[in-house]
Amino acid sequence: MKVLKLVSKNAMRRKLRTFLTILGLALAVMAFGLIRTFIYAWYAGAREASPDRIVTRHSASIMFELPLAYKERILQIDGVKNVTFANWFGGYYVDPKNFFAQFALETSTWFEVYPEFLVEPDQMETFNAERNAVIVGRGLADRFGWKIGDAITMIGTIYSGDWDFVIRGIYTGKREDTDETLFFFHYEYLDEWIQKEWPGYGSMVGWYAIKIDDPNRATEISAAIDKRFDNSAAETKTETEKEFQMSFIQMASAIIIGLKIISYLIIGVMLLVMVNTMVMTARERISENAFMRTLGFRGYHLVGLILGESLFIGVLGGILGMILLTLVSKVVAVALSVYFPGFQADFLTYMMCIIGAFIVSLVASIFPIQRALRIKIVDGLRVVD
Amino acid sequence: MPEPIVKVVNVSKSYYRDVLEIPVLHDINLDVHEGQFMALMGPSGSGKTTLLNLLAGIDQPTAGTLSVAGEDISHLNEGDLAKWRARHIGFVFQFYNLMPVLTAFENVELPLLLTSLSRRERKEHVEAALSIVGLADRMDHYPRQLSGGQEQRVAIARAIVSDPTLILADEPTGDLDKQSAEEILTLLSRLNTEYKKTIIMVTHDPRAAETAQITRHLDKGELDG
Repeated sequence: MKVLKLVSKNAMRRKLRTFLTILGLALAVMAFGLIRTFIYAWYAGAREASPDRIVTRHSASIMFELPLAYKERILQIDGVKNVTFANWFGGYYVDPKNFFAQFALETSTWFEVYPEFLVEPDQMETFNAERNAVIVGRGLADRFGWKIGDAITMIGTIYSGDWDFVIRGIYTGKREDTDETLFFFHYEYLDEWIQKEWPGYGSMVGWYAIKIDDPNRATEISAAIDKRFDNSAAETKTETEKEFQMSFIQMASAIIIGLKIISYLIIGVMLLVMVNTMVMTARERISENAFMRTLGFRGYHLVGLILGESLFIGVLGGILGMILLTLVSKVVAVALSVYFPGFQADFLTYMMCIIGAFIVSLVASIFPIQRALRIKIVDGLRVVD
Repeated sequence: MPEPIVKVVNVSKSYYRDVLEIPVLHDINLDVHEGQFMALMGPSGSGKTTLLNLLAGIDQPTAGTLSVAGEDISHLNEGDLAKWRARHIGFVFQFYNLMPVLTAFENVELPLLLTSLSRRERKEHVEAALSIVGLADRMDHYPRQLSGGQEQRVAIARAIVSDPTLILADEPTGDLDKQSAEEILTLLSRLNTEYKKTIIMVTHDPRAAETAQITRHLDKGELDG
């Protein structure tokens, strides 16, 4: 008979209670993991940011646009390798529920600055040749069942009305975490509409994405760009792509802090569930522990048995929770693919789950161990189970 | 006359409730020789179990000395006492104290986990002990699958499996029906006569005490004679 066998037999002594404890822990671990995955997904844009790209926007807010003419002036700045630009479109497909990110962009440079979006050369050729052509991500195409050659109509919200497009390309991500839910079309198509519908507001862009020759010079080049447009009608703010993405994330910082607090509270719930079980176990085993000591078992034997039982339950709960997390995150990833493309629990989250379960098990065993060691053998033997 | 295997000299034991002293045993002197089967009788509260606990090394006297198997256990620390108990004492409780999650075999094997015996040697010892108590065919049964008498026999097998110097039995028939009680007493008697085991048994039951060779009476913490 091995000690592990005794530990597992002890743990399974009250099968229903052990099962409910493991299930409770598993659900708590899954909830903790899901929240951490939400937080992780929230930062996806910042993680994907390339260190050799900086972004220039209006100094007042991203809501204000910059003149198209800035492009050539930015290109002249030392250290700038390439410049592209984009505008937020903000439409939907058929129903407002069908929301996804759409960008009108300078197609000749966009895919050079963003090489992580991979498009077949023949698709790129047909896309470039057609004014209302569009390239969509593989995930987006799968979501709506779009194929190359499909004609689709988007409903504009900022630029109101029906917008007809033809799908001419489907991109895939170079990396596993590249967002494959985006919708790219020609800037000219949008600008023509603006020139026609809102005369005087054309030839403006939402932001510039700039490829630089040395990531170590990002601050210096950013400062040079902003200096170039000092005292102009549209002053600029240039920052690294990561900082640019983080500025969006910071808008939701209260939500993220709230989620983090909830995730820690879940650890507290796990601890209470586990402590409750172990305290009940300790109470039931007073005479048994005293009897073990009568046989000659030492304090460290009891510590091993109690700690082992706590770890057995806690780690099983943790493992089951991680399995549930994997399954549920796949469902959530499909349901929230628009908002959180690539929603998937990362290695760190899994590590936090199992380490959390481990620590909770350790802490939960402290009181029962203390109780088992403190009580005198003769007092323990008097307790009737 | 050889040295007694158990020598109790001027032992007293008191418990304390806050500052109030509650004397339980007064100036006890007792010798038990190897191979003896002694019954300790007395009314409830007379100190029988307290004396047995002192002999088992699970409690310490307030005064006096206790030697078992030539070793003074009155001043051993907790760790040394645990080692000493594992080597010298086999304990039989009134309520058997079997682990419900372990089979009869595993329950009997428990004390051997503290020894350096190999798995095969442990198996041989356990099978031998269970054969002695007549439960060789029940070794895979759990306590809940056994009668009270059979549970107590498993407990006796556990008490003898490590071949201890002394077997201490605290009301071993107290929870059993008449027939089972007689079987247990017969078994204890056999252990004493056939296997030369030294046994000290606490009991209320005069018929149980008759099984022993010597009967000593405790009353209000004092031993007769």
